[in-house]
Amino acid sequence: MAVTPANATTSRASRIEAALLALGIIVLVALPFFIYPIFVMKMMCFALFACAFNLLLGYTGLLSFGHAAFFGGAAYFTAHAVKEWGVGPEIGILIGVIGAAVLGVIIGFFAIRRQGIYFAMITLALSQMFFFFCVQADFTGGEDGIQGVPRGNFLGLLDLQDPHAMYYFVMANFLLGLFCVWRIVNSPFGMILRSIRENESRAISLGYSVQNYKLAAFVMSAALAGLAGAVKALVFQFATLTDVAWQMSGEVILMTLLGGIGTLVGPIFGAGFVVALQNMLATSAFPVTIATGLIFMICVLVFRRGVVGEIYAWLERRNTGNR
Amino acid sequence: MTVKLSSLALALLVGTSLSAVAQEFSDNKVKIGILNDQSGVYADFGGKWSYEAAKMAVEDFGGKVKDMPVEVVTADHQNKADIASNIARQWYDTEQVDAIMELTTSSVALAVQGISAEKKKIDIVTGAASSDLTGKACSPYGFHWAYDTHALAVGTGGALVGQGGDTWFFLTADYAFGYSLEEQTSNFVKSKGGNVLGAVRHPLATTDYSSFLLQAQASGAKVIGLANAGLDTANSIKQAAEFGIVAGGQRLAALLFTLAEVHGLGLEAAQGLTLTEGFYWDRDDASREWSNRFMERTGRMPNMIQAGTYSAVTQYLKAIDKAGTDETEAVAKNLHEMPVEDVFARGGKVGANGRMIYDMYLMEVKKPSESTQPWDYYKVLATIPGDEAYIKPAEAGCPLVK
Repeated sequence: MAVTPANATTSRASRIEAALLALGIIVLVALPFFIYPIFVMKMMCFALFACAFNLLLGYTGLLSFGHAAFFGGAAYFTAHAVKEWGVGPEIGILIGVIGAAVLGVIIGFFAIRRQGIYFAMITLALSQMFFFFCVQADFTGGEDGIQGVPRGNFLGLLDLQDPHAMYYFVMANFLLGLFCVWRIVNSPFGMILRSIRENESRAISLGYSVQNYKLAAFVMSAALAGLAGAVKALVFQFATLTDVAWQMSGEVILMTLLGGIGTLVGPIFGAGFVVALQNMLATSAFPVTIATGLIFMICVLVFRRGVVGEIYAWLERRNTGNR
Repeated sequence: MTVKLSSLALALLVGTSLSAVAQEFSDNKVKIGILNDQSGVYADFGGKWSYEAAKMAVEDFGGKVKDMPVEVVTADHQNKADIASNIARQWYDTEQVDAIMELTTSSVALAVQGISAEKKKIDIVTGAASSDLTGKACSPYGFHWAYDTHALAVGTGGALVGQGGDTWFFLTADYAFGYSLEEQTSNFVKSKGGNVLGAVRHPLATTDYSSFLLQAQASGAKVIGLANAGLDTANSIKQAAEFGIVAGGQRLAALLFTLAEVHGLGLEAAQGLTLTEGFYWDRDDASREWSNRFMERTGRMPNMIQAGTYSAVTQYLKAIDKAGTDETEAVAKNLHEMPVEDVFARGGKVGANGRMIYDMYLMEVKKPSESTQPWDYYKVLATIPGDEAYIKPAEAGCPLVK
């Protein structure tokens, strides 16, 4: 049957992903003893952000240019809740995630009515509106940001001020987020999302209310991006305008493209790479923005599927070549 | 774990093999980190030139303090507080950095000052404006060296009234920073007997200022105050020149603008602009001599951020020299007590809230015809004594000062 090779490669790919994931978890547990923990925590936040974004771009085919609003918005909500209302970190994160989801409903409601470039522009416009709201609103502290956010005690027990405790707290959130993405993608719901990506009119003709599915995917993606932003606010103990600015929306696109759209591991790789690059180039004389720009160009010109995507494609080619 | 054990073993080894000096100096060297924006919008404001100034300060000090080598490291925080925070923590935790300086952009400065206080390390801010750094966010180990929003407002707002600029109209960036600049400046204008005729707000990052400038022009105010920053100020000055506002007899007053930005705009567009800075290279023989050396190394004249960084590094080394140790408490105590007397600040002193108090200057940008040599940009209109320019430590709202 014509379906078999495709099935074989997907199962192969998912087996590789499972193996990589298992390996990744082991590495993650051991990592803070070798690499500076805060740096790895930051990588995990951005990796989750990129995965959340990929849920929309890779699996539903919607290119959002406004994901910074959910990421940075959640950071503000969590920071404000923890600092001003004195709630614990778990409630703070929950508030951030819910806030991001609400933003997702509002922005998604308008954006999914259009497709392609118009969709991207609407998300950009609405997220810019949110950016300017954050610039002016009192609770965000303008360009000073919300500073000195306490990390608090997880469930009142575990003191997160300890770097290793915080590390495993972030890791748990990261894995939870990844699990959500994986579960969504590998469910009947995820199959429908992919069918919308492949052929929207056929999905409509099969009787699916495509708009509702798109909105649901958008809100889920927003909530997961919010989880990443909320955790980041606790890691760094502040929330600033950087995370809601449009450049952040661009950065997450770069991360996802670089790693590989529509793969689970790709965005994690891309995020890790971009964050590491920003950190490394910070101490060199070479301007960071030029480096990331060049890498983006090379990626688009030479390996369009992204690093991980190219590896999968190569495995697939080898696979079909053997037959 | 292995890493920790081996570093512990190493520390023990070093500890036993070296003499008493080893206890007084952490890891046998003094390491200063210069953390600022080197690739973004503030790359000229301080940028890698501040790093150069810091290196000059170390060389002028002899490269050593109490026989311990002094090292300067630098990083570009790309205007992102998370990158800055990551680097600052890494510097303190794993790279034996003793103090972090410069810290352009207030979100970065506030974040790093928080980390420094938590880790008991010294930070000296020269690149950020927020007066909160020595106000409600002050730290026993945090210092604010070059300027702040209060000094700019007093300098430009208060002193300009004394120069005849007694009616004002504001062009204000529509966010917290703009409002606070406008409010502080208006207060000083009014307290000196001036009058504020009105204000117009423009969104952040506006490119077309024509309608705002026409309102300002029509107000008939003698001074148009630009309560905005960076590219917004540069754009509004350029377009004001096109409207002939200064040529028509009104005065433009920029609240946050330095020599580097005047150089970027050129005298043709910037002429007649009034601003406040804490340093001018052509002030006296000492400043000319130092600035010319800076010019030889960098190809540009220093502004108050770069000269301030030189001063901060020098004073920090002097404080270590006097204390005989780089231990934070002792150095911070000396920094608070020692007078600041160098090429940057004359008769400067440090308040209990960490604010370095020194004289500021009200400047006017020269006409192209008045400028006789490259970088000959400013006329000094007035000197604002430090005690007038800066908030008194007791009134700054710093919880450390009772």
